Amino acid sequence: MAATQVLRSEWTKIRSVASTLWTLSLAAVVTVVLGVLISLLSKNEFDKMSAKDRLSFDPTYISFAGMSLGQLAMIVFGVLVVSNEYSTGMIRTSLSAVPQRGTFLFSKMAVATGLAFLVGLVTSFVAFFLGQAMLGSHKAAIGDPGVLRAVIGGGLYMTLIAVFSMGVATMLRSPMLSLGILMPFFFLISAILGNVSATKKIGQFLPDQAGSKIMQVVTPIDDDVPYGPWGGLGIMVLWVVVAVIGGYVLLKRRDA
Amino acid sequence: MIEAVGLTKRYGDKTAVYNLSFQVRPGSVTGFLGPNGSGKSTTMRMILGLDNPSAGQVTIGGYSYRKLPNAPRQVGALLDAKAVHGGRHARNHLLCLAQLSGIPARRVDEVLGVVGLQDVAKKRSKGFSLGMGQRLGIAAALLGDPQVLLFDEPVNGLDPEGILWVRNLMKSLAAEGRTVFVSSHLMSEMAVTADHLIVIGRGQLLADMSVRDFISHNSADFARVRTPGTDPAQREKLTAALTEAGGQVLPEQDGALRVTGLPLPRISDLAHDADVRLWELSPHQASLEEAYMRMTQGAVDYRSTTDQRAGLQQQLPPGAVPPQMPVPGQGQPGWYAPPPPQQGGQPFAMPQGQPPAGPYGAPGVPGAGEPNPYAQPAQPAPAQSAPAQPAPVQPSAAPAQPSAAPDLTKPEDAR
Repeated sequence: MAATQVLRSEWTKIRSVASTLWTLSLAAVVTVVLGVLISLLSKNEFDKMSAKDRLSFDPTYISFAGMSLGQLAMIVFGVLVVSNEYSTGMIRTSLSAVPQRGTFLFSKMAVATGLAFLVGLVTSFVAFFLGQAMLGSHKAAIGDPGVLRAVIGGGLYMTLIAVFSMGVATMLRSPMLSLGILMPFFFLISAILGNVSATKKIGQFLPDQAGSKIMQVVTPIDDDVPYGPWGGLGIMVLWVVVAVIGGYVLLKRRDA
Repeated sequence: MIEAVGLTKRYGDKTAVYNLSFQVRPGSVTGFLGPNGSGKSTTMRMILGLDNPSAGQVTIGGYSYRKLPNAPRQVGALLDAKAVHGGRHARNHLLCLAQLSGIPARRVDEVLGVVGLQDVAKKRSKGFSLGMGQRLGIAAALLGDPQVLLFDEPVNGLDPEGILWVRNLMKSLAAEGRTVFVSSHLMSEMAVTADHLIVIGRGQLLADMSVRDFISHNSADFARVRTPGTDPAQREKLTAALTEAGGQVLPEQDGALRVTGLPLPRISDLAHDADVRLWELSPHQASLEEAYMRMTQGAVDYRSTTDQRAGLQQQLPPGAVPPQMPVPGQGQPGWYAPPPPQQGGQPFAMPQGQPPAGPYGAPGVPGAGEPNPYAQPAQPAPAQSAPAQPAPVQPSAAPAQPSAAPDLTKPEDAR
């Protein structure tokens, strides 16, 4: 079984369902629009900010503020790509056509990851440039130190969120279960853990908090995070690798 | 060639398939029969390497499925017709399966034509009927032009034309030398499609034989012999004569004799020699369905019970009018009422018009045993059939059965 055949087939699968278009465009639109709005608000609020806040004002990071919501659509994309197979029963047809389950899973993930990266990168750049346009005099330039890394990192962050969701969905199989766990995890639990001082130390090792470090250009003043931007992304990659391996092992062992 | 050896599958402490060994040979259609939940689909999934057997193994051409080189070009399967992403076009569904095995897109259009779905190729499969879904599933199985084909309940939901088409398709695929393995719970369908049968019940092998052997092994041919009912002595005499000649004689409830082990002419000769008149001498063959039912009787997992409707039936106070189901035409006199007899009689009520005392009466009269709501609208009938009314009709005060019975016998009286 040539992997190229499976890749081509997975590409046909992914482009022939409407959910791909909807989830990915929703992720892009929400991220960009929310980023633009928050950038606009921040510009208007800047004069009222405290000196400390002004020092740690990070125009790049602010333009990515929409990602906290946009990532949810990315999660849905990642979950649906995998769990569509299970909820429709297509998985049995697919696996009887590709008995090599590793080839099947990794080809599927490769196609979806590539697509997510493309969309994430474009979204990231658009969100950055539109956000900076709204920030007016406080804007950052793409050539400033660390900014290009942050913008590309934004694309990587969205991609990794999608891959993490694919891994989780492969383990759980059911779209409802996967979304029911992932959505609160990223939208609530992570935020709660990160905002309560007692659990902050744990919260900052969660995939989204660690990964979003890559989008920071200006480090907050009293920052005690023990890792840098790439270190944070590395922690997120570890989470993703664990989820994907878990999915692979279960798929390999389980009855389809 | 599919070969299973000691195939066993357990889910927790439930054993779905136990120690199943069989061979499916090329060049013939092999039917795979069993009641619901007997392990047919589980076996199919194990053949396709989707489920791992708890014990034993199953191979296709000597390889386990997961090790089979270029599996989709060798094996085609229809497992579940609904296992399709509803938002995907039929053509795209087949295209992604074709691309998996390096089959050119041209082949997709070919199989769409073969199953007759070319007109809905660009329609989302969400809107497909069960029969169209089956056709799409069969198309997917045919994609790789495989030598081994597995079909799980392929005729479910198909119209008679579709059933005939599937039947002929299976036969022609087998005639081309392919291995065709078809599961079904319909014995009658398998009897006309399959050459060989594998019957399982509760996950265990019950039979593995050709259809012809299955019929002769399981359907006891017998002769029904009836002597004049007025003379029991004649019956005794014949029974003795037949038993003496080596036949087995079983008395039936209505006084006839069921004779096995003797050909019909011999029975006739023996009766003649014994000087016994015969009112009936007829050959009978238990149908394949009967044989199959008898075989799987002990292995049926899901058996229906009589609907007691406990607690659902309202206790009516004595003399109350039973609730009437809303029936179209009620209140429109003559809507359901049969046409007057003098205009040529009733074409459709005829069989029900038999007097209930006859041998076919009990099943033929629906209103005889239980209240029949559909008999209620016959109320307007009394006016029309009044001249020939044999019994007083109580249209509303009584349950339907008294009003239905006399009404239905009306043509009898009119004749």
